[in-house]
Amino acid sequence: MKSSVITFPGSNCDRDMDVALKKFGFKNKMVWHADAELPKSDLVVLPGGFSYGDYLRCGSMASKSKIMQSVINFANSGGMVMGICNGFQILVETGLVPGVLLRNKYLEFICKNVFIKINDKNNKYFKNVNNEVLEFHIAHNEGNYFCTNDQLKEIEDNSQIAINYCDKNGNIEDQFNPNGSIKNIAGIFNKEKNVLGMMPHPERMIDTSLSGEDGSLFFKNLINNLK
Amino acid sequence: MIVNEQVAIDHGLKKDEYSKICELLKRTPNITELGIFSAMWNEHCSYKSSRLHLKKLPTKGKKVIQGPGENAGVIDIEDNDAIVFKIESHNHPSFIEPYQGAATGVGGIMRDVFTMGARPIANLNSIHFGSPQHKKTKNLLRGVVHGIGGYGNCMGVPTIAGQTSFDSSYNGNILVNAMTLGLVKKDKIFYSKAAGLNKPVIYVGSKTGRDGIHGASMASASFDEKIEEKKPTVQVGDPFTEKLLLEACLELMAGDSIIAIQDMGAAGLTSSSIEMASKGNLGIEINLNKVPCRETKMTPYEIMLSESQERMLIVLENGKEEHAKKIFDKWNLDFAVIGKTTKSKKIELYFDDNKVADIPVNTLVENSPMYNRKWKKAKLPKKNKIKKEDIKHLKIIDVLKKILSNPNVCSKEWIWEQYDHTVMGDTIQKPGGDAGVVRVHGTDKAIAASVDSSAVYCWAHPLTGGKQVVCESFRNLIAVGAKPIAITNCLNFGSPENEENMGEFVECVQGIGEASEYLNFPVVSGNVSFYNQTKDEGIKPTPSIGGVGLIKNYKKMITMQFKEINNIVLVIGKTEGHIDQSLFARNVLDEKNGPPPEINLFNEKNNGETLLKLIENNLIKSAHDVSLGGIITAVAKMCIKGNKGINIKRPKYLINEMEYFFGEDQGRYILEISNKDLKKVTDILNKNAVHFDELGIITENELYINDKTKVTIDELSTSNKSWLTNYMSK
Repeated sequence: MKSSVITFPGSNCDRDMDVALKKFGFKNKMVWHADAELPKSDLVVLPGGFSYGDYLRCGSMASKSKIMQSVINFANSGGMVMGICNGFQILVETGLVPGVLLRNKYLEFICKNVFIKINDKNNKYFKNVNNEVLEFHIAHNEGNYFCTNDQLKEIEDNSQIAINYCDKNGNIEDQFNPNGSIKNIAGIFNKEKNVLGMMPHPERMIDTSLSGEDGSLFFKNLINNLK
Repeated sequence: MIVNEQVAIDHGLKKDEYSKICELLKRTPNITELGIFSAMWNEHCSYKSSRLHLKKLPTKGKKVIQGPGENAGVIDIEDNDAIVFKIESHNHPSFIEPYQGAATGVGGIMRDVFTMGARPIANLNSIHFGSPQHKKTKNLLRGVVHGIGGYGNCMGVPTIAGQTSFDSSYNGNILVNAMTLGLVKKDKIFYSKAAGLNKPVIYVGSKTGRDGIHGASMASASFDEKIEEKKPTVQVGDPFTEKLLLEACLELMAGDSIIAIQDMGAAGLTSSSIEMASKGNLGIEINLNKVPCRETKMTPYEIMLSESQERMLIVLENGKEEHAKKIFDKWNLDFAVIGKTTKSKKIELYFDDNKVADIPVNTLVENSPMYNRKWKKAKLPKKNKIKKEDIKHLKIIDVLKKILSNPNVCSKEWIWEQYDHTVMGDTIQKPGGDAGVVRVHGTDKAIAASVDSSAVYCWAHPLTGGKQVVCESFRNLIAVGAKPIAITNCLNFGSPENEENMGEFVECVQGIGEASEYLNFPVVSGNVSFYNQTKDEGIKPTPSIGGVGLIKNYKKMITMQFKEINNIVLVIGKTEGHIDQSLFARNVLDEKNGPPPEINLFNEKNNGETLLKLIENNLIKSAHDVSLGGIITAVAKMCIKGNKGINIKRPKYLINEMEYFFGEDQGRYILEISNKDLKKVTDILNKNAVHFDELGIITENELYINDKTKVTIDELSTSNKSWLTNYMSK
């Protein structure tokens, strides 16, 4: 399986994603934002970080990068595109997934482990994951997902909500919402579910020595689903 | 503008310093030259009050590749890997503007590290605030934490450990010390020593603006009628540009284009160019019209003294300009050839075709003032007035809860959850433990780092306090299973012109030196911050020690949380029940007199090294050093972290129960071992003459003392975790 990780100026989880993808069997290439052409890929990842310093609005300048036109075309033709954290913010800015990401409710950067409940397994990202609840890691300042009531209805009708913040037993309640996201949303799909944007970083959970191993589950499953 | 003695004094120079400048130049300096002298001869750049004493610190060792004198220290961690690290203060700016002050402190120290070719892999910080009740404290704390996070998070470097304290002596002078560790190949370390003639001098990074020009000394000068228009003297950080600068520099460093490189930190272009020339025993000629400026009509004086952030000065090999420019263009950074190296051994500056400065380099560096300031030996501590009756009525659990929720002991989760501590995917011990630990990417090795200070001990007896901080750092590294290698120090003190403050400095430095010498834990880098004072009142002497150690196999790393029910808990090191200057005495009994706990360097070394042996033999399940709040506080924290209880049976010492549990004797650790290993462990301890007590057995979820007093771990956890969150949300 071939993957591509895009490096924007200010990306800082690009290497971590490269390490994770390779660990689980992807042949990964790093792609520079100013390139026009996307290498042949089964998966494109927009990594976390602070592209363009988060100036103007998180993800907004990166969404206009030269490479992004190719990424958008790739997504529109059914290619798998995953945006993590800042990558999610970039996806939202391109319009590939609906909604916006506001500043965290308590106006502070949060770095910690959270539990997420998989809301939909009818897609290549989460199909065949045995667990209902995974322990992932978040590190962000603007992860407070918001959308209009009409958008929310549409997202729910199409089961585009990928994952929600919850407790270890899968209870999706306010007190387990780290950033104020509407409906505890931690990640969403586009309508066709080939594009996934999510705040948590599975690439930081790939080793028992790190914060945990549920990221390993995610990547192992992902590469199998793509085969 | 005509330069005279008054103008020199307005620049913060002393009368005799000004005469010395005129004498060295054999003429009156012009304003640009005076600015350069005042920047190079100030305390921050010249270490004029501290140099004499810093010379006494041990700086060499088998593992030391580079000691003090470069941008940062470098130590050998084997396999051609090296760690570059340093700590630096940003106290004054952080008090004026906490967000930017702290942010640029973090930015500056990371630049010091990547200037040497190392990729930063971990940040730490030591931050100290006034009394929680003081009206400024909350906003300063919030601003500093946001600033540290804002910069470090954006750079993608994990903040893995730190220290926060509150003490009213910081009411008017907070301390913000930032430390960075970087990883480099031993044969790819870059230095600031220029070499070769006619080599191009390159400016890269952000453009130069009027920010940070000459700080406080200018504010009182009747320099010109437009002084009001000068921008504030606190620099503004741009972590995004720094991230680009980091990547661009490392890309250029992968080749062989660079002869010398130096970041533009304090005193900007002035100190960076002069340091490179001085170390290379060369001259440098700069055309200031070529310096990229972000504001119009900047004068040579302003360009030379600007402290705009995210800039570097490089001496390149001839013919490599195009190659280098391509890299900086790719990262959208300014790149300009602004001058060349010369044989003149002078700094020669040109502007609009005029020579605007012409100063022999040695007058700025070797001939800079050095003072043997007068100092007073610290007074011996007064005897404490604690009476047995004062202690008798106290209930141990009440005291424990009070200590666990004390601002200096309580959990700092509110702070470190705002720092990205997991980016780079190698953080194997997060903040909140004895030391932060990151793996050396792609290897079995890991690096542990801790930052410590004990202002109360240093205040009560500077010599003992100085030793204690080094020992504490040593212990924190050992407690996670790392072999201590070297330290960096940030020496925060009051005015060196005050004999008592200077005495605190001299004696603390002596203590640091003695301990680091004995423990074979040399000082490889550091920084001195004097004048931390408001009116006549200096801060408590606060040397911060950043220690670094190596874990050869990261799977052997130790954490502090209790692991398994029925395991046995030992305390190693002798308990005498020293409560003077303990948290118990100061905050529960309100007794501030008395000496700090004694340091016995032999025990310190022996206990630590024996524990490392036990860890190496896989005999230790968890470990934690005993510090503030004594044995019971250390044990309670291990319970809270591991969500386990303990049944404690106090050894039958003759000392009082309170003294046993809350005394702060040094050189001690709490260890968890499994039953089956007990004999092996005690044999090794006995063989090495390490004193130990059996303290108790791990249980489910309650802390029992002598089968009669008990409290649930949940209750202790709430005491420990709620203070800071409640304080900040009020």
